[in-house]
Amino acid sequence: MTEARDIDILHFCRSQTLRHLMLMVRSPSEVINPLLFFLLVIVLFPLGLGPDPEQLSLLAPGILWVVALLSNLMICMRLFVDDLEDGSLEQLAMARVPLSIAVLPQLLASWLASGLLLSLVSPIFGLMLGLPLEVAPVLVASLLMGTAIMLLLGAVGAALTVGVQRGGILLALLILPLYVPILIAGTRALNEALQGGDPTVALALLGAGVTGGLLLAPLAIAAGVRVSLEL
Amino acid sequence: MTTALLEARDLSIHKGLRQLLKDVTLCVEPGDLWQLAGGNGIGKTSLLRSFARLASIEVYGDLSRCDDVLYVGHSASLKGAMTPRQNLKYHPSGLCTPTDTEIDGALAAVGLAGYENALTARLSAGQKRRVALARLFLPSGRLWLLDEPFTALDVAGVAVLEQRFRAHAQAGGAVVFTSHQSADLGGTLSVLDLEQFRGD
Repeated sequence: MTEARDIDILHFCRSQTLRHLMLMVRSPSEVINPLLFFLLVIVLFPLGLGPDPEQLSLLAPGILWVVALLSNLMICMRLFVDDLEDGSLEQLAMARVPLSIAVLPQLLASWLASGLLLSLVSPIFGLMLGLPLEVAPVLVASLLMGTAIMLLLGAVGAALTVGVQRGGILLALLILPLYVPILIAGTRALNEALQGGDPTVALALLGAGVTGGLLLAPLAIAAGVRVSLEL
Repeated sequence: MTTALLEARDLSIHKGLRQLLKDVTLCVEPGDLWQLAGGNGIGKTSLLRSFARLASIEVYGDLSRCDDVLYVGHSASLKGAMTPRQNLKYHPSGLCTPTDTEIDGALAAVGLAGYENALTARLSAGQKRRVALARLFLPSGRLWLLDEPFTALDVAGVAVLEQRFRAHAQAGGAVVFTSHQSADLGGTLSVLDLEQFRGD
């Protein structure tokens, strides 16, 4: 009766993913705000740079990627904050599943609600900046992978800074430099596609980043969470 | 001593430069009920967290314990946006995968029948505490580490909880909890006064 049942890791991950998705549905502002931010900033650029489509499309890859990066930063800042405050994070650390696996469902849910959504609507934002529709597949593919790496890296920083008062700026200082290679690879893929070149090299680099991130980041996130729980 | 659910030998806990507790020795066997007692700030919660292995950096000494642990801390680990039923079903500790009947039974046991589908944010502080403690009525671990379980509970709630403690101990489990008030647990309760372990 008092003996706990053996838990199945897959079942645990599924139930935790559901939990986080459910929470996002209940407070949709956390999903919608980064998207609205993305939209607003994209709208500002033509106003500031002038409506010349040629000039805009020249700058579009850089603009889209920098804004995606910043909206990702917004998500990372909120990542573990609520769970630390209400004690969910320490309960997660008590789960009889390695913490490096136990943190993945939340990341998956966050990515579905941010990275995936953003990537899928990005062609529309691209059109607003005069990006031709032919490069939309490259834009979507590069953002799908780029947002995943950024979330994994950002989660490492978030896990380390979640216990720090006003850790937002610290988080930005910590992880923005790490985003630079992703930014370079992502814009490179788009520029190649725009100029009729071959974007596969840059896309492959992003793919390698996702694989490496999935392997290594969870270990660092788990260590970071443990340190934050000590405070 | 392999049967002990928790064994701490010469455990000392530091907070920065200050030594909070020193040479704490405690052996929790199946059937034990332990209360960690002592004034505010003496280190009850820190000790309990070190037992849970949530704090380990500033903890020195030997600690061995079973893996089958349920920990309920100060914060109830509940989401206001979810119902009590969902909170228990998708609990992050994932200690068990309760069925809906088990969850409803647990909620009824803590006197929350009829609140299964209410929003947790709308419940009172005592009711939230009861939702958190409903985990004790689910299949849930042999060693319970509970931080101030009686806080915000009314007299009836405290009685229900004490009865549950006794039943758990009789079934071969053990409970370690922190509290200021003296619990009515009869002769089965052992009290560990932390005053004697106060650090330098």
